[in-house]
Amino acid sequence: MSDRIADVSIEGGRVAAVAPRLEARGSAEIDARGLIAAPGFVDLHTHLRDPGLEYKEDIESGTRAAARGGFTTICAMPNTEPAMDTRSVVEYVLREAASRAHVRVLPIGAVSKGRAGCELAELGDLAATGCVAFSDDGAPVRDATLMRRALEYAGGFGLPVIDHCEDPALAQDAVMNESWVSTRLGLRGAPPAGEETAVARDIALAEATGTHVHIAHVSTRGAIEAIRRAKERGVRVTAEVTPHHLVLTDEAVAFGVDAGHELIFDTNAKVNPPLRSQDDVDACVAGLADGTIDCIATDHAPHAEVEKLCEFDDAAFGISGLETAFGLCMRNVHAGRLPLARLIEALTTGPVGALRLDRHVPGIGTIAVGAHADIVLLDPDAEWVVEPARFASKGKNTPLAGVTLRGAVAATIAGGRIVHRSEVPVG
Amino acid sequence: MREANIMSADDIRRAITRIAHEIVENNRGTGDLVFVGMLTRGAPLARRIAAAIREFEGVELPVGTLDIGLYRDDLTRRGPSVNIQPSDLPDIAGRRVVLCDDVLYTGRTVRAALDALTDYGRPHRIQLAVLVDRGHRELPIRADFVGKNIPTSRSDDVQVRLSETDGEDYVRVAALEEAGVMP
Amino acid sequence: MTIGPLEPRTLADTPPLAVPATGESSWSRRHLLDLDDFSADELDLVLRTADTMKEVLSREVPRVPALRGKTVVTLFYENSTRTRASFELAGKVLGADVINVSASGSSVTKGESLIDTVQTLQAIGADVLVMRHHRSGAPYLAARHAHCSVVNAGDGLHAHPTQALLDLLTIRNAVGDVRGKRIVIVGDVLHSRVARSNIWSLTALGAEVVVSAPPTLVPKDLGRTAEGNLPPVRIEIDLDRAIEGADVVMALRMQHERMQGAFVPGTREYSKLYQVNAERMARARPAALVLHPGPMNEGVEISHEVAHGLQSRVEEQVTNGVAIRMAVLWLITRTGGRPPQPASTAGGSL
Repeated sequence: MSDRIADVSIEGGRVAAVAPRLEARGSAEIDARGLIAAPGFVDLHTHLRDPGLEYKEDIESGTRAAARGGFTTICAMPNTEPAMDTRSVVEYVLREAASRAHVRVLPIGAVSKGRAGCELAELGDLAATGCVAFSDDGAPVRDATLMRRALEYAGGFGLPVIDHCEDPALAQDAVMNESWVSTRLGLRGAPPAGEETAVARDIALAEATGTHVHIAHVSTRGAIEAIRRAKERGVRVTAEVTPHHLVLTDEAVAFGVDAGHELIFDTNAKVNPPLRSQDDVDACVAGLADGTIDCIATDHAPHAEVEKLCEFDDAAFGISGLETAFGLCMRNVHAGRLPLARLIEALTTGPVGALRLDRHVPGIGTIAVGAHADIVLLDPDAEWVVEPARFASKGKNTPLAGVTLRGAVAATIAGGRIVHRSEVPVG
Repeated sequence: MREANIMSADDIRRAITRIAHEIVENNRGTGDLVFVGMLTRGAPLARRIAAAIREFEGVELPVGTLDIGLYRDDLTRRGPSVNIQPSDLPDIAGRRVVLCDDVLYTGRTVRAALDALTDYGRPHRIQLAVLVDRGHRELPIRADFVGKNIPTSRSDDVQVRLSETDGEDYVRVAALEEAGVMP
Repeated sequence: MTIGPLEPRTLADTPPLAVPATGESSWSRRHLLDLDDFSADELDLVLRTADTMKEVLSREVPRVPALRGKTVVTLFYENSTRTRASFELAGKVLGADVINVSASGSSVTKGESLIDTVQTLQAIGADVLVMRHHRSGAPYLAARHAHCSVVNAGDGLHAHPTQALLDLLTIRNAVGDVRGKRIVIVGDVLHSRVARSNIWSLTALGAEVVVSAPPTLVPKDLGRTAEGNLPPVRIEIDLDRAIEGADVVMALRMQHERMQGAFVPGTREYSKLYQVNAERMARARPAALVLHPGPMNEGVEISHEVAHGLQSRVEEQVTNGVAIRMAVLWLITRTGGRPPQPASTAGGSL
């Protein structure tokens, strides 16, 4: 990726030219001086909730949220109702996306029928319908034999399995990370060992079968270390990390973000995998910086207000993260812990490379001539306050309400159309 | 701040002696007399009156203390403090109770004390002895025995100090508005 | 005393409030959720107030009008005989109207949310909501959405502040200043909100707190003062060692469910290693106290002999409970939680 100052011209939904000075001939011109033009972000992990849970989110609102967050491609996780475990459900999603989505939607198919973890779904049919990977996310693939078979079978189509790595026994009844914070709050915590053992299992299976496993939302030092060593050995393992796991710790559950020392039991910070300790956050940032972690993925998990406005144990897990992803990650850039170039890679070429999405959409994640005109204009210094009420997403569940972030999306262009223009003063 | 000394230690001593005589005279003797001092400064006053009577009558009379914190309406002059002490009362049923306090003002504190005493039993009669009556009653309450009547304005601060609680004896009136002290 | 004529009154006539004497404590909490941020002064104020309340309870007619006109609602999502009765009596002695709401018999079973329930009770007129709930943090949620005061009567595994306060009162009455005293808490600390609240209050007052339990029942990172901001306690797995020279031994209930969770192999092994019995108490100080939050599993965490022996303060704990809860209700209502009613502007006094 080479950084330079240039003009970009778009025609017919594709990048027509990139050069230091182009003559403006078109219908619209955007003055992007002072801004950064990057390939539109690609999110490997979004929960659109559609079909079946449209009260939380649907394809229209979810993609509108993606556009506001600078994402021009999102991969839809299959834990819908019914699950995306058959051709017909995936076709529904693609049809809806074709008519109502603001950005590109790539489907991820379920690993097992009904995501029940017993029988393989028709992975071949799902692949033929356009699925770019398989996952039972929301839940781990518990049975090691099923995981092995899935890796082998999916590998036959050149597609990876994305696993939500969590030992079900160690995570039982847990609602947050296990640490002094869970002790302080009197809440049951899941130890990091629960993720580490699951990741170790998946690495061993991928290694043994020579297939590709992608670790969803990694969050612990131990798991990242295992992935690092596995990559050194040549195992085909890739990994993603969420924006919140790059910045927030489990103290956010107790006290909130950028807040004082009063206990608040913030259900908006309840997420799976849970927010971890500062040491784990440091490991995530370092792992992303050195390439052990391939990319950032939001794990956008919208919920209705009533599902969070209740006792902590009963609240739903998940953070509505598309619209705050860039601003939140920029905290690491401004703190000097992550170079801006690496951040942008992690949101563009990183995810594309991890799942080799360029096989499905040539030129995705680039601003190359002939590629789809998926471009995001960024202002890395614009300050703004997070107001969930103004989210495009139906999910207002974020622990960042009222928090000031520095780094905003000025505009998002998807397929040559402007799908978002910021109301925040930028440039 | 303008302060006026109203009573010296000697003035207080004489007033207490006179009150002690008046109480015995009014009650035709010391029979059934019980003293109840209202916390905080009513208590040493009650003890001093009982001590004076012991001197000239040779009789030891029971003295108790009463905290009205749990009986106040919030307009009593003692304000929204949260400190309450346990009360310590001798038996008062059928007795002649003399309630003692340092200053009588709106009467609300005494009203609260009457409620409290009633919860402890049914005395034969209750009389009120105060060192200072500063006027401005808001309830139909009058002291039976008064050390000194001091006309005041509402913004004045009447300061009664006793050696048992404050290290010295005096009564002073300070004009609060000039002092700039927040009420 | 004779009654004289009423003096004429004008609207301007309001007596100035006295300035509190220096050295007096103050209370500004609208809610009582936990003891984790209580200063030594505040703890002291509660105990002193409870002393006064004990005097009230000792009268022939234990009634004062301090909370007259106030409504106290007990909202219990978990069953409890003693705590609920204790709060109810406390409210009534202070002259409050007490309403008991139990989750099983109300619209909660029809799926009403906690916030809706709380706001409904507040609209009915609750000034103080005494809540016991099976989920940690529930009273914090209630307090954020209510104007009335919230008193935590136990939330999940998190806190039980009034229990810790009555334990503190019991200890104080017997040993005086707890600073430097060794207090051993024995048993299932992981699942005990009583233990957690006690640890906060006792360490705030400078006591030496020792936790003795099997490793599976010690909460994560407790005892490791380098971690976060947990209170400083010592963990001693061996109870025989922990109990040496103890001034106070607090036995916690060992619940049957812990056997299913693989926390301990069973009551037989547990009582062999952790039962507070006469043999172990002989290693503590001769005047040591034994406390238990109740109800007791005699024969499991505590022997029958010790439970009813001279060192046991279990009954006093219960008595102190009413006085403590009276103190809490009184202090909480000093802050005037609900918006005041507009004063009448006609001549009459308030």
